[in-house]
Amino acid sequence: MLEYLPQILFLIVLVGAFLFFIKNVSSLKRNINLGKEIDRSDRKDQRLKKMLRVALGQSKMVARPIAGILHIIVYVGFVIINIEVLEIIIDGIAGTHRIFGFLGPVYDFLIGSFEILAFLVLASVIIFWIRRNMMNIKRFLSKELKGWPKNDANYILYFEVVLMVLFLTMNATDYQLQLLGASHYASEAGITGSFPISQYLLPLFDKMSVESLVIIERTAWWLHIVGILIFLNYLYYSKHLHILLAFPNVYFSKLDDLGKFKNLDAVTKEVKMMMDPDADPYAEPEGSDDDIPEKFGASDVQDLSWFQLLSAYTCTECGRCTSECPANQTGKKLSPRKIMMDTRDRLEEVGQKLNNKEEITADNQLLDNYISREELWACTTCNACVDACPIGIDPLSIIMDMRQYLVMEESAAPVELNNAMSNIENNSAPWPYNQQDRLDWAKEEA
Amino acid sequence: MSENLKVPTMASYLAEGKQPEVLFWVGCAGSFDDRAKKITKAFVKILNNTNVDFAVLGTEEGCTGDPAKRAGNEFLFQMQAMTNIEVLNGYEVKKIVTACPHCFNTIKNEYPSLGGNYEVVHHTQFLKQLLNEGRLKVEGGKFKGKRITYHDPCYLGRANGEYEAPRDLLRKLEVELVEMKSCKSKGLCCGAGGAQMFKDAEKGDKEVNIHRTEQAVDVKPDVIAAGCPFCNTMMTDGVKNKEKQDDIAVLDVVEMIANAEDL
Repeated sequence: MLEYLPQILFLIVLVGAFLFFIKNVSSLKRNINLGKEIDRSDRKDQRLKKMLRVALGQSKMVARPIAGILHIIVYVGFVIINIEVLEIIIDGIAGTHRIFGFLGPVYDFLIGSFEILAFLVLASVIIFWIRRNMMNIKRFLSKELKGWPKNDANYILYFEVVLMVLFLTMNATDYQLQLLGASHYASEAGITGSFPISQYLLPLFDKMSVESLVIIERTAWWLHIVGILIFLNYLYYSKHLHILLAFPNVYFSKLDDLGKFKNLDAVTKEVKMMMDPDADPYAEPEGSDDDIPEKFGASDVQDLSWFQLLSAYTCTECGRCTSECPANQTGKKLSPRKIMMDTRDRLEEVGQKLNNKEEITADNQLLDNYISREELWACTTCNACVDACPIGIDPLSIIMDMRQYLVMEESAAPVELNNAMSNIENNSAPWPYNQQDRLDWAKEEA
Repeated sequence: MSENLKVPTMASYLAEGKQPEVLFWVGCAGSFDDRAKKITKAFVKILNNTNVDFAVLGTEEGCTGDPAKRAGNEFLFQMQAMTNIEVLNGYEVKKIVTACPHCFNTIKNEYPSLGGNYEVVHHTQFLKQLLNEGRLKVEGGKFKGKRITYHDPCYLGRANGEYEAPRDLLRKLEVELVEMKSCKSKGLCCGAGGAQMFKDAEKGDKEVNIHRTEQAVDVKPDVIAAGCPFCNTMMTDGVKNKEKQDDIAVLDVVEMIANAEDL
């Protein structure tokens, strides 16, 4: 029985980690589904292609070549090295040693490339850390990145460093044990795996006994897999959730021309009725009460669409949106990244209240408590933030929904805008000119 | 009506039982703003000169609703949109050209789901079509060899993906085309979009148009070419603020073509 203890322990850790992950995923789903319906089930081919190009192919990352290429290395490393996790899990459950070793040269090639990638990832992550903490890059210094977001970003980098070091240590000691012919490790067929990077670590373990090497190898193996399982469960609390959500977010992202803003159907019905000369002004409105929205626009997260909420969880806080924003560049408070971070923070708060069965009240809401009016009114709707996002997030749509709430529910537009709008209403131009004079230019001197 | 501008209205076409090739949507700025009216007239000169059969709505035209929509007033936007769509559909309009990227975007993208389906082109796209069809001839002229930088209007460029038509026209003028630090899909806004034209800016370090003008001044152009009446205003103000108005002109692409032809 005792000889199976490591395997039983491994199984308990594995199942526990997956159960916790499933719990996180279900909170995530519940919170995203608090959003309003929006139809993104059309143009499936186009969506799939965009997902393959933008999420899998990272096509928009290289708009900033240094960060983009480093990111691709870490991303490819992450995806490919995870093939090794499959073997680690099987070995852990079955108590085997490198169960895929029978693949021979293919296996050697795989392990060899994992090692090279692990080294490249390690180097990239160190450069990322230097960029984030020592190089005064403006988008990493913004106010909204102070505190948790900055720590979160660094924790992820430390995590990756530790995981890669453990992976290479595990391989180096394994290699040394194989060279020493230790039982369980060595095989008659020769060395299992190839170790182009960790071979250089061998001198560190040169004089060690088999027992010490086994302890180091086992410790590295365990910490590595437990680390990965902790990381999996850390995602929900982190900007690193993008490694999962970037794919659905790009798939469901806006495909239309960026200039096309959605028209509110509820308003269309009402305007059509107002403009219909045959309409009976005293008639009961047609349709059920469900047709009439309880509010126009958005003042809180539940008024946004599920796609906008998905995007809030997907945002990686890279700040490319904010650094392209003309309002932000000229010192205004608006930061599209903050709009996404605020939406996520408020959504998490609402989620916590639901967990505690508390009531969701409007005295704490997205508008004013998280996003100020000053931020909303600073937007020029130029779409630079939308174009800059490498994973299809549309912060502008949230700004627009919140402006709609301000204007249509609260009549709270800036006074000059109210003037322009009453001009449009009265004389069909934003300035106080008479519509009857609209063709006067043609009579003037050319 | 002045002697050299022929500006027929849709009403007069209908009276004669005719349908023009294209409707010229003038827009509020193009109708009322003194600077933008010059752009309108330059475009009409070219239309007249190339014998394009066009008409305007004149007093039947009204704001597309773009500033209302971007300010968040969906009601007012849809009122404007449906009023305009009723007029346009009444005249059975098929094709619309406009010199304002905001009108262009709104009619092209936001009118269809409200019942307004037209082929909508920006005036630079229309001129490019005339050029391709051999109806418009543009060669060098007074801007030949001059340093020109083109400012992408957000609602033509990023919003609708048109970066090349205006640049192609400028190349025909045999100018030295230089790009600003932020151009094409990374083009920096002039600061007027999203109804900002009609309100004061929020507190910050500087105005957006000054920031953009600095990018333009950096490439030392003779002319900042624009394709939007609002961008034109913002850049003109920016150039004045930098006291560069004697060295740098701000012109619409269509004005440059009309001027080159000495129309």
